[in-house]
Amino acid sequence: MELILEGVLTAFRLVFSGDAEVWTITWLSLKVSGTATVIALTLGIPLGILMAMTRFPGRAFAVALINTGMGLPPVVVGLFISVLLWRSGPLGFLNLIYTPAAMVIAQVAIAFPIVAGLTMAAFQTLNPKLNLQLLGIGASRPQLLWLLCTEARLPLLAAVMAGFGGVISEVGSVLMVGGNIKGQTRVLTTATVLETSMGNFGTAIALGVILLTLAFGVNFLLTRIQQREQIRWPRPS
Amino acid sequence: MAETLLILDDILVQYGNVPILEVPSLAVYAGEILAIIGPNGAGKSTLLRVMGLLEQPVRGKATFRGQEVTRENALALRRRMASVFQEPLLLNASVVENAVLGLRLRGLDRRTAEGRVRPWLERLGIAHLATRPARSLSGGEAQRTSLVRALALDPDLLLLDEPFSALDPPTREGLLLDLETVLRTTGITTVFVTHERNEAVILSDRVAVLMKGRILQVGSQSQVFTQPVNEEVAQFVGIETNIPGVVEAVGEGLAQVRFNGRTVDVVGDFHPGERVLLCLRPEEITLSPARADAVKTSARNRLAGRVAKITPWGPHYRIVVDCDGARLVALVTKPSFLDLELAEKKEVVASFKATAVHVLRLR
Repeated sequence: MELILEGVLTAFRLVFSGDAEVWTITWLSLKVSGTATVIALTLGIPLGILMAMTRFPGRAFAVALINTGMGLPPVVVGLFISVLLWRSGPLGFLNLIYTPAAMVIAQVAIAFPIVAGLTMAAFQTLNPKLNLQLLGIGASRPQLLWLLCTEARLPLLAAVMAGFGGVISEVGSVLMVGGNIKGQTRVLTTATVLETSMGNFGTAIALGVILLTLAFGVNFLLTRIQQREQIRWPRPS
Repeated sequence: MAETLLILDDILVQYGNVPILEVPSLAVYAGEILAIIGPNGAGKSTLLRVMGLLEQPVRGKATFRGQEVTRENALALRRRMASVFQEPLLLNASVVENAVLGLRLRGLDRRTAEGRVRPWLERLGIAHLATRPARSLSGGEAQRTSLVRALALDPDLLLLDEPFSALDPPTREGLLLDLETVLRTTGITTVFVTHERNEAVILSDRVAVLMKGRILQVGSQSQVFTQPVNEEVAQFVGIETNIPGVVEAVGEGLAQVRFNGRTVDVVGDFHPGERVLLCLRPEEITLSPARADAVKTSARNRLAGRVAKITPWGPHYRIVVDCDGARLVALVTKPSFLDLELAEKKEVVASFKATAVHVLRLR
């Protein structure tokens, strides 16, 4: 009990005293996972929409592949990305191992199938005849896509949340490809693991609380957008 | 003749190698209501999609207001039309947000769009539902919202794809009559697809009959319903009596047709020996008792027969009369059904005018 209380107190002290190291770690976590999520969305949403709206030979296989990817263990991703980026590996010349860029790559590999799979599921819940109806009252192709996205916003934003949630909280791959180097590749999860293993439960709990707050903040924002009732209009085209 | 609004030329739609729709030519005239009728799977919806520039045919061209449709102008021309489908297909938003959708897609701001939509909401009786979520609407209310969404665009061409078939009968009737009033007062050019011939009777100037991907007949409503071009069309438009016979004698615009040892007078120029099909709508046939003192009618043709089958048919009774193997189908009202004391195997006389018979030449 004393341990937890001490942890919470440490957390307050670290956050409000503006401890430089904690802020560096928090900022890097947000930067790496945020970037990875944005890249995963850019790749995953179009792929998910394409998979939901088209039929092609081998589609069932591709869908199974994406669905498997949704449950990819981060340590396996970490292993593969490590092998690829290792100095003597096929992409070793890029000198990316133990850098934030390597961590972004690993997290994209984790979040991308989650986003693609959930986007696909989101678009498959729409009535296929809706396309024709929207075109039939004068939607252009881009407008059609936008309206379908707003119509699927509930599950679509769930995809965004799942993607971000999946990477901000994972430790396996960032530890392996980032190396948990202080001031360079240390993020909230890897720091928490380290502090716990050293018996610094106070600091570990503090980092855990910051991580939770961060995850809650982002999800709260997304939920607000998700639950909005009105249709948002982009500039007319 | 009114201006032609839309012309289809040499249209072919096929999926794989299976032809779905083949239309050598079809025109829609400004201000008219053209009903496209035909059984399920005839290609009616496909034809409507081609007209609405929602489906690219394998071959052929469409001309809208004298302008040939191309890839470049398709969106601009599509925005002068509006479609309503069998399902309301509303977005998960309020009624008014759904109603303004087409206008917003054309770049109108919210305030202007809502101003334009308001009178239509009133006209279709759903103004009080404006702020309701579309999901909470009944089928009829949702379809009215879908209609407002289309009508508020003031389209040059309104395309309706079986808009009433998902509704229950009272809702359907109410909406059908309301829509008829709206279309008649505004004069919006409309193409109306339906498999219900009774809907086409209420809502059409001209009728096109589509079967197996081909238009078998296009003409005024009365033409199609009383003078079908062949037996298939005859059956679809509700002509239930079809009796084959041979022309025996002709003279003065009349002809005598013989079948099963009986003769019927019909109107038209025919040659003796021609093989024909006698077509009669059920409402053209009157039944009377088989007694000698039977009520006199002005009908020229009187055929004695026996009642073969009686079926309650809405407010009427559908009576099949057997005349030595030829089957006549008549509709009688409940009072006359009771007066005639109709029962199966009872002898009756079926009478009809010579002009009521539509004669098809058989090859």
